[in-house]
Amino acid sequence: MKFAVVVFPGSNCDRDMYHAVKEVLKEDADLVWYQSANLEDYDAILLPGGFSYGDYLRSGAVAATSEIMQQIKAQAAKGKPVLGVCNGFQILLEAGLLPGAMQRNKNLSFMCHQEPLVVENNETLFTSIYDQGEVVNFPIAHGEGNYFCDEQTLETLKANKQIVFTYKNNPNGSVADIAGIRNEEGNVLGMMPHPERAVEALLGSADGVKLFQSIVKNWRESYVANA
Amino acid sequence: MLQTHDIHPEQIERDKLYQEMGLSDKEYDLVKDILKRRPNFTETGIFSVMWSEHCSYKTSKPLLKKFPVKGPHVIQGPGEGAGIIDIGDNQAVVFKIESHNHPSAVEPYQGAATGVGGIIRDVFSMGARPIALMNSLRFGNLTTDRVKYLFTEVVNGIAGYGNCVGVPTVGGEVQFDESYEGNPLVNAMCVGLINHDEIQKGIAAGIGNTVLYAGAPTGRDGIHGATFASDDLGEDAAKDRPAVQVGDPFMEKLLIEACLEVIHSDALVGMQDMGAAGLTSSASEMASKAGTGMEMNLDNVPQREQNMNAYEMMLSESQERMLMVVKKGREQEIIDVFEKYGLQAVAVGEVVEEKVFRIKQHGEVMADIPVDALADEAPVYHMPSEVADYYKEFQNSGTPEVVVEDHAEMLKKLLQQPTIASKEWVYDQYDSMVQTNTVVTPGSDSAVVRIKGTNKALAITTDCNSRYIYLDPEVGGKIAVAEAARNIVCSGARPLGLTDGLNFGNPTNPQTFWQMEKSVDGMSEACTALSTPVISGNVSLYNQSQGKSIFPTPIVGMVGLHESLEHITPSHFQAAGDAIYVIGETAPEFGGSELQNVVHDKYEGKAPEIDLDVEAKRQQQILQAIKAGLVESAHDVAEGGLSVALAESVFNGAGLGLDATFSGDVTAILFSETQSRFIISVKKENRAQFEKIVEDAKQVGVVTADATFRIEINDAQVIEEKVEELHQLWKGAIPCLLKSKA
Repeated sequence: MKFAVVVFPGSNCDRDMYHAVKEVLKEDADLVWYQSANLEDYDAILLPGGFSYGDYLRSGAVAATSEIMQQIKAQAAKGKPVLGVCNGFQILLEAGLLPGAMQRNKNLSFMCHQEPLVVENNETLFTSIYDQGEVVNFPIAHGEGNYFCDEQTLETLKANKQIVFTYKNNPNGSVADIAGIRNEEGNVLGMMPHPERAVEALLGSADGVKLFQSIVKNWRESYVANA
Repeated sequence: MLQTHDIHPEQIERDKLYQEMGLSDKEYDLVKDILKRRPNFTETGIFSVMWSEHCSYKTSKPLLKKFPVKGPHVIQGPGEGAGIIDIGDNQAVVFKIESHNHPSAVEPYQGAATGVGGIIRDVFSMGARPIALMNSLRFGNLTTDRVKYLFTEVVNGIAGYGNCVGVPTVGGEVQFDESYEGNPLVNAMCVGLINHDEIQKGIAAGIGNTVLYAGAPTGRDGIHGATFASDDLGEDAAKDRPAVQVGDPFMEKLLIEACLEVIHSDALVGMQDMGAAGLTSSASEMASKAGTGMEMNLDNVPQREQNMNAYEMMLSESQERMLMVVKKGREQEIIDVFEKYGLQAVAVGEVVEEKVFRIKQHGEVMADIPVDALADEAPVYHMPSEVADYYKEFQNSGTPEVVVEDHAEMLKKLLQQPTIASKEWVYDQYDSMVQTNTVVTPGSDSAVVRIKGTNKALAITTDCNSRYIYLDPEVGGKIAVAEAARNIVCSGARPLGLTDGLNFGNPTNPQTFWQMEKSVDGMSEACTALSTPVISGNVSLYNQSQGKSIFPTPIVGMVGLHESLEHITPSHFQAAGDAIYVIGETAPEFGGSELQNVVHDKYEGKAPEIDLDVEAKRQQQILQAIKAGLVESAHDVAEGGLSVALAESVFNGAGLGLDATFSGDVTAILFSETQSRFIISVKKENRAQFEKIVEDAKQVGVVTADATFRIEINDAQVIEEKVEELHQLWKGAIPCLLKSKA
C-alpha cells in the first residue's frame, strides 16, 4: 500500500507522518510537495499538521483553496482513504470535505499534551482494529481545535455514526467532545489529536499504530476482494 | 529616537551625533584614523552597530577568553553561528543560546518570538536541522500587572513562533525575582543535528563569486537593535519600540527547508544569517573570515518599504533573512530552490579581492570601509573591576539564622513559590512533541530527544541560580555549571559541553564588572573540572532599569549524550518498594535559598559551598550506576532543598508516596540548599550493587503505595501530607497568581 503525505508550505508534521508510516508501519510512503503531486499513484492520502501558509488567515483556509485540493477531492470521491490530522483536519473542514468549523481553544491558548480519547465508532476503515469504546492516548498540539457545528449537523453526525473519536476530558471546548469525524461515505477522517505522534512507546504512547494498521488492513481486504 | 536621514559628516562630528548611535568620542576618533577621513552618516551607523557590545563583545572579550573551549569532541568552538560537538556515527550536535532581553522588555511578544527565530537561524545557517528549543526566562515577582503581562506575552511569543516553525520547545526554566522587574531576561537556545559533511561556514570565499540575499525583504524594523541592546533600559524605553523586530515564523519555516536543501549543492560557498546588525554584520563578517572583501548594490536588495536610504537598509534587523555566497555562474540553481518555497533569492553583490566593504546605492558609493576594521579591529576594553561592597559585608557577617515554626506548612509554602512551582502553565503552550523525538517532555531535570535511526539520544537543560551568583559570583558560577551537569547526568546522559548566555548589568560599573569577572572564573573552573567545554554563547550587558541592575545571570545551556536509549532515566519514583537514596551530606546552608526568600524576603549571607572534585566524582559514579541498569529514577536537589526535591519525585500522578527518616537539624535537612546532592531510587535487589558504585549513597527511606508523604526526623513525624494535596498546591500556584488581582 502506498501513502501520499501532502506537504503544504508551512506543514510541519509531514516528516513525522512519513516516519510513522514508513519507518514504524513499514508501509510505502512519499512526501509529496503540493505543487508537484500526482495523487493518482497513491492508495491513501495523508494531510499532516502544521501551520499551512502560516495560518495567518483562519487555520487551513488558504491551503483549502490550493490546486491540489481538486485532486484530493477527486481521489476522495473514488473512495480512497483520506486522513487529515490537526492542520490537515482544519484544511478538510475549510475545503468542505467534512462539515463544521474550528474555533480557538476555549482557554484561548495553544495546548500540547497527551489526551485520552474514546473510540466512538470502530466500524470505520480507520478504526476497525480498535474496540468500540476503547480509550486511547494521543498527543494534542493545537491552538484552534475547538470543533463547532450547528445542531442539525450534529444530529446528522450522530445519526450517521460520523463521530469517530471524542475527548474523555474535553480540553478545548469542542461541541459534543468531538475529537475526530468522518464523512458520510466513511473514507475521509479528520481529527485534531496526532496518531502519528503515538506510534512508539518510547515517546509515551503507541495507541496510534492501530489506526494506521486499520487503514492498511482494510485496503488489503478490499484489494483482495476486488482482485 | 535616532534620526535616520542623511546628515553631513562635518555635522556628525561637530554635534557629536555619533554618540547618539552609541560610539564614544574615542571610538569616533579611531574610525577617523581607520578611514583617514570623517565617516559619512551610513558609515558612522555601520561602525556603531559593529562596534556595539552586542556585535563586538568589546568589554566581555577579555573574559570570554578564559573559558575552556577545546575538547576531544569539539568540532566548532565559539566564533561561528553556533558551536558543534561530535556525537559519533558521522553526526554532530550544534547548539547556541542567545538573549533577547531588551526587545522583550518593551514589546514582549515580538521580542521573545524574534529571539526564538534568531537562534533557530544561527543553527540552520550552519547546515543543521533544528531539533529542539529551550528557553530560560527571568521576571520580577508575579504580583504586578506589568510583570504578569510581560510573562504571559513572552510565553505567547515563544509559543507563537516555535509552534509554527515546527521545532519542539522541549523545556527550559523560569525564575522570578524582584531584580528582573524592569528588565526581564529572555534567553532562547536551539539545538540542531548535522552530518559532518554538511557543515556550512559563514565565509565569503572565491573572488568574483556572487552574494545572494534570500528570504524576507528588508524593512525599517529593528534599526539599531544591536545598539539598543547595548545600553541601559531607560524609563522611556517604550520609545525604542521601533528598534524591536517583527517575526514571521512561516517565512522562517520556508527558509529552513530551502537552506537545508541548498546545502546539498556544491554551488553554495558560504551562508550566514542576518541577525544583529543585519546586512552589515553578516556581509562584513563573511568577508572578514574569508580574508576577502565585498561589494554590494543596495538597489538590488528586496525592500518592503519605499525610499529606504543606505543607513536604514544596512542597519535594519528585519527577520528571516539569509546571506549566501554562491559560485559565479551557478546562481540560478540556488535561486530555483528558494523559488520552490516561494522565497526571493537575489544577487546583491560580489566577493572582491580588495579587503573592503563597499556599499553602493543609486550609483553612488555610500560606504567604503576596510572590512577587517569592522569585525576584527573593534576596540577591546579592559574595564576596571572592584569587589562589590555587599559581598564584603556578606562575607564578614555570615548568613543569618532562619527560624521555621511549622515545617509542613513551610514545605507547602515553598511548593507554591513561583520559582519552584510547576511550570505546566508555561510549557503546555509549547508544542514539545513535533518532530516525534521527545522522549522526556518538559518538567523534568533535562529534556531528552532521541536521534532517529540510532540508539542514542540527547539530554538538554538550561540552568542558572542567580541568587548564589549574586551572593558570591565565583562560587555561584561554579554551581551554575555543576547544576546543569547534574541535570544532564540525572537523565542518564554524559555532559558534552555548554553554551553560555551571560546576562549582566552595566559593565562600566566596576562592581558589576567584578561580578562578570568572578562568575566567568567560577564557570571556567567548573567547565574544566566537569569536562564541559564552552562551544558558543552570547553576552547581554546593560541589563538594568532605572539604575537597578539585575542579579548576575550567566545562564548555562548544556547538552549531553545518551549512548543508549536504555540509559534514559526518569526524575520521578517508579514503583512502591524501591529504596530511596540521598547522595551527599546536608549542611545548614541558607544563603540565597528559597527558604531565606520566604522567611526574610531577601538574599543575604554566603552562597552554598561547592567542591568540584566531589561533584565530579558523584556525577561520574551515578552515571556508572545508571549505565549498569541499577537506577530507577534520579533527581537533583535544588531550590527549596531536600523536602522539595523529594516531593517533586512523587508528583507524577502514579499514586506513590514515601517514608523517609533522618536525624539532625530539622530545618537544614528539609530546606538547606547544600550542593552536589541527588535523590535516587533503586530496586530493593539492586541496593548492594548500587552502594558499591556510589560511595556517598545513603538510604533514607522507601517509595510507598499509599500516596502519603511522610518524613520522620529525630524519631518525630515532621511531615505527613497527602501527596495529591501537595501536588495540587505545586501545580496550581502559577495559574492562581496569574488570575489574582494585583
